[in-house]
Amino acid sequence: MYDMKALYEAGSVADAVALRVAHPEAQIIAGGSDVLVQMREGKRAGRELISIYGIDALRGVSLDAEENIRIGSLTSFSHITRDPIIRRYVNVLGEAVDQVGGPQIRNIGTIGGNTCNGVTSADSASTLHAWDAVIELTGPDGVRLEPIHDFYIKAGVVDIRPGEIQTAILLPKASYENTFGYYIKYAMRNAMDIATLGTSVNVRLSADKKTVERCRIAFGVAGPVPLRAATAEAAANGKAVSGELAETFAKTVLEDINPRDSWRASKAFRQHIAVESAKRAFIEAVKRAGGEL
Amino acid sequence: MAEKHVMQVKTVRFNLNGKDVEKTVDVRASLTDMLRNDFRMTSVKKGCEVGECGACNVLIDGEAFNSCIYLAVWADGKSVRTLESLLGPNGELSDIQQAFVDEAAIQCGFCTPGVIMTAVEILESGKLYTDEELRKLLSGHLCRCTGYQNILRAVKKTMYRRHGLEVPQN
Repeated sequence: MYDMKALYEAGSVADAVALRVAHPEAQIIAGGSDVLVQMREGKRAGRELISIYGIDALRGVSLDAEENIRIGSLTSFSHITRDPIIRRYVNVLGEAVDQVGGPQIRNIGTIGGNTCNGVTSADSASTLHAWDAVIELTGPDGVRLEPIHDFYIKAGVVDIRPGEIQTAILLPKASYENTFGYYIKYAMRNAMDIATLGTSVNVRLSADKKTVERCRIAFGVAGPVPLRAATAEAAANGKAVSGELAETFAKTVLEDINPRDSWRASKAFRQHIAVESAKRAFIEAVKRAGGEL
Repeated sequence: MAEKHVMQVKTVRFNLNGKDVEKTVDVRASLTDMLRNDFRMTSVKKGCEVGECGACNVLIDGEAFNSCIYLAVWADGKSVRTLESLLGPNGELSDIQQAFVDEAAIQCGFCTPGVIMTAVEILESGKLYTDEELRKLLSGHLCRCTGYQNILRAVKKTMYRRHGLEVPQN
């Protein structure tokens, strides 16, 4: 038995919003692979829960009229990895979430829960930052869109306002079009582990594949929330594709990141693997985009 | 006086191992609790209870889930399969269970039902996986005595046999 005070099950988004308004203190639960575990640890013991797990309308990936990708917040990691739209346009996201926990966790864990949790190590978070994802929230006053960068307020805290639930994650076409990405999770084990560092790079090359038109890089666990390395991006944008560029780009990330010492790894080690991961991910992304270096 | 807790219950209707069932459960119950206590599906083990070891793994609508971190009420309308569903009409073992016996992929047996249900999902996908892929697909299970090599061998052997193929050596 879980130590919960009450369980309210939402059958629809409208239902969930009404329950959020009626029970402002209650904890939202999506797949439960964080909330139920925390409850077992006594951290959320005695709380009321609003379960949104039953809202099937929040599952699945689709393209809207402008070909922006829409990922329903309750879409599980394994379904994202297998989804044909994800595989075709943003394969790196499918690869990143395929490294969360183990197979059973990827069947229950949702991308909405992964982001609403607000942790810096979430395997989806760095890639979503690198793709300039937009968070869709639905509340009593309707739908609100917010860039993922602003959605993360601080460690463990995201911008979900009273009455709201996260309903989708959007990837704008302008962000993913003709762009190729690569994700590196650095962890102690190959499964059932939390990232020591997560690095997600994506690049768009010129038509002749010789110049970097646009490069983006985001890290998890390089700061209290997932972050973009803007100085490094600027160092690569508009430059000729080369091995030298990969080195320069990678070293520049140190100007942007702010990792900490933790029992998992020291700050110095995280800085070291950030540079190395940035280089490797950049090279792989360029190769996927058809570039040679 | 301590606050009195009012028990909140819900009637759950689902398909368990091919049979439609119905049970009124405490909403605080995990699926593990319901399967073991209300249906005596004791193949579903209580291991870590935090979704790490895989001993409580069952198939829900064909996908593997750790039932310890799954609310019992979420099973409503779903199709749940436990190891008990693999038993033949006269109590025979299924091919995957027999392969676990033959390959000595069992010692204490506590992790086995969970691992086998993941193997069932792997086998029913109809795909022929590489060893590396199988290792990844089986990575959500902890076994503290057999070691993983014999488990891998048992799953691989059954996978090849179901495809009507010879099992490659090594």
